[in-house]
Amino acid sequence: MKIVPLLVGALLTLSAPICARADEPLTISIGVLRQPHVRETISILDVPAEDETLAGAELGAGDNNTTGEFTNQTFKTIDAKIGADDDVRTAVARLADSGVRLVIVDLPADRFLEAVDAGRPRDMVFINSGATDDSLREQNCRANAFHAAPARSMLADGLAQYLVWKQWRRWLLVKGSHPEDEALAQAYRNSAAKFGAKIVDERVFTDTGGGRRSDTGVAQTQRLIPVLTQNAPTYDVLVAADESEVFAGYLPYRTWDARPVVGSAGLVPTSWDPAHEQWGATQLQNRFERIFKRPLRARDAQAWMAMRMFGEAATRTRSADSKAIADYMASGDFEIAAFKGQKLTVRPWNLQLRQPILLADGRTIVSVSPQEGFLHQTSTLDTLGKDRPETKCKLQ
Amino acid sequence: MQTAMIRRASIAAITVGLASATWPALAFTAFITNEKGNSVTALDTDRLEATRTFAVGKRPRGIAVSRDGSQLYVCVGDDNAIQIYDAKSLQLTGRIASPDPEQLALSPDGARLYVANEDDNLVTVIDTLTRKPLGRIRVGVEPEGVAVSPDGKIVVSTSETTNMAHFIDPVAEKTVANVLVAPRPRYAQFTPDGSELWVSSEVGGVISIVDPIRRSVTGKISFDVPGLAKEQTQPVGIRMTNDGKTAFVALGPANRVAVIDVATKRIEKYLLVGQRVWQLALTPDDRYLLAVNGLTNDVSVIDVAARKVLKSIPVGSSPWGVAVAPQ
Repeated sequence: MKIVPLLVGALLTLSAPICARADEPLTISIGVLRQPHVRETISILDVPAEDETLAGAELGAGDNNTTGEFTNQTFKTIDAKIGADDDVRTAVARLADSGVRLVIVDLPADRFLEAVDAGRPRDMVFINSGATDDSLREQNCRANAFHAAPARSMLADGLAQYLVWKQWRRWLLVKGSHPEDEALAQAYRNSAAKFGAKIVDERVFTDTGGGRRSDTGVAQTQRLIPVLTQNAPTYDVLVAADESEVFAGYLPYRTWDARPVVGSAGLVPTSWDPAHEQWGATQLQNRFERIFKRPLRARDAQAWMAMRMFGEAATRTRSADSKAIADYMASGDFEIAAFKGQKLTVRPWNLQLRQPILLADGRTIVSVSPQEGFLHQTSTLDTLGKDRPETKCKLQ
Repeated sequence: MQTAMIRRASIAAITVGLASATWPALAFTAFITNEKGNSVTALDTDRLEATRTFAVGKRPRGIAVSRDGSQLYVCVGDDNAIQIYDAKSLQLTGRIASPDPEQLALSPDGARLYVANEDDNLVTVIDTLTRKPLGRIRVGVEPEGVAVSPDGKIVVSTSETTNMAHFIDPVAEKTVANVLVAPRPRYAQFTPDGSELWVSSEVGGVISIVDPIRRSVTGKISFDVPGLAKEQTQPVGIRMTNDGKTAFVALGPANRVAVIDVATKRIEKYLLVGQRVWQLALTPDDRYLLAVNGLTNDVSVIDVAARKVLKSIPVGSSPWGVAVAPQ
């Protein structure tokens, strides 16, 4: 026996007109300006895919398009792949000529800046999905340049908080001989000072050039690394600063003393890792793997993030206008979900996306920073990287 | 005392037709899914203790009890199925294949089950009698919350990445409106009179109030738990008392349940519960609210009238969902 339930049900009638706004169809073209990263990696597992960054952006465009089905917006990805010798300005001009005003960029810092400045007169807005240089967020910041990639200082602070939480306060810092390695080493020095760790000694691994692979194999490395790390003052953990993939991958299990390795190898601070599955991340991992038949790594995830930032701003503003989109992303209203356990927002003073930092060992996520107890008056995410009072950025 | 009796009488009057029999006073069974435990814990709401934990499929989250209280529907996401258990014997009686189901909701007459298939961007309509899918409706990326209007004419699905509440006509099997809400909407609930739809946004940190007729957001409720960072306040489960006057919202890692006056949208109180509180359920007599705490492996029992947490009951590993049946 069924009695018609609840009188009040009558309040909800389907005969009411459907008031979904009839939006004009809108197509939003988003450029992906990218220069492939070196394929010379220490581990074969880390060799970047040919379509790295583009694949992440395409996944994001797919997500945007599902939303777009309901808002009448279509997102298109325009690939602009350039070589190390190609002119960035020409590539930017070509994108602008084809009507692109929103661009995801995975380029080295100097070339990113070139692109941003070239696109400015054409009202182009850029999201940096690759370069981690703090200079792009500090003295070289630009009002039309957002950053989805975390800065070196954010990555270093994310790792440092965990090391301090573990009471591993004595660090042996080993850095490479390239300028980026020194920049990363400096980020670790700053983190140590900020959170009360001590760098007991610094060593340099000089890049003498040459290939990574040889038939001679591991025998040489096994002798080389203990020499590099012997006679060190007592330390808890070895912090490696090696952005050029020259030596850090060889450190774990080969150091003179039995100490864990962190930084560029071992426990690595990163925006994303294929092992991340908390907060619904499995869904994103599955979607990517289903389409691209490979695991989702940080650079692709950062490009996905950048595409979602453009998409979210376009959806909320119901606009394809680059100025409206940039204004919204820089406003306090902008927030985005990215499977990181909390909303991500943009730092208004330098347009950096705030984000938790994952600490990955290559198999699992060991921890996620900010760590418990690292407090901040506005957002605990601002305990990671350069904060507003110390910024050198003057947006213009 | 008198008011309580009157309330109980009126509830019984309202709910007749939904349940096949009236229940003995205060004696209900709550079922809690243990996401990591791959089990369901049965809990006696009279004695306020767990009575039995039984094994189910992998990664159980969403759970519902059939209108007559005889069947349990459990989403076992990693088994890509909905399992059906006899609510008395706790024996498995059926299995419906369904890709990565996370949450589900029953139609008011109990004839249909609406399931969010998170990995496939679908809402599946299942006939509870034949246990066969009747249709599928395409929604946004990562559908999660499912709500049915009190008259059964509208089904709402929230998509976590598309950030929308999709209004679905379950007969025509299509979306009729898509309402943009704050990021990562995880749960939706109609007020008992159907005049408002409440949608919780886990990452946005707010409840969006949606007018189901105009199908637009008319207001937002945000939370400010003293001493906690905004990012930690992540609303998930929502429940309302039968009289539609009071709403309860689970605030996730804020470890609180907010008590909200539905009419004014004012937050009356934050109740401290266990850690990472996910879903909520009221006993049918509105006497107790059960809050499921994912990190502390327990259920907080809240005295609804007194607005007080009475006790915590240990359940299985990483509890997530909860549904209550008459005993």
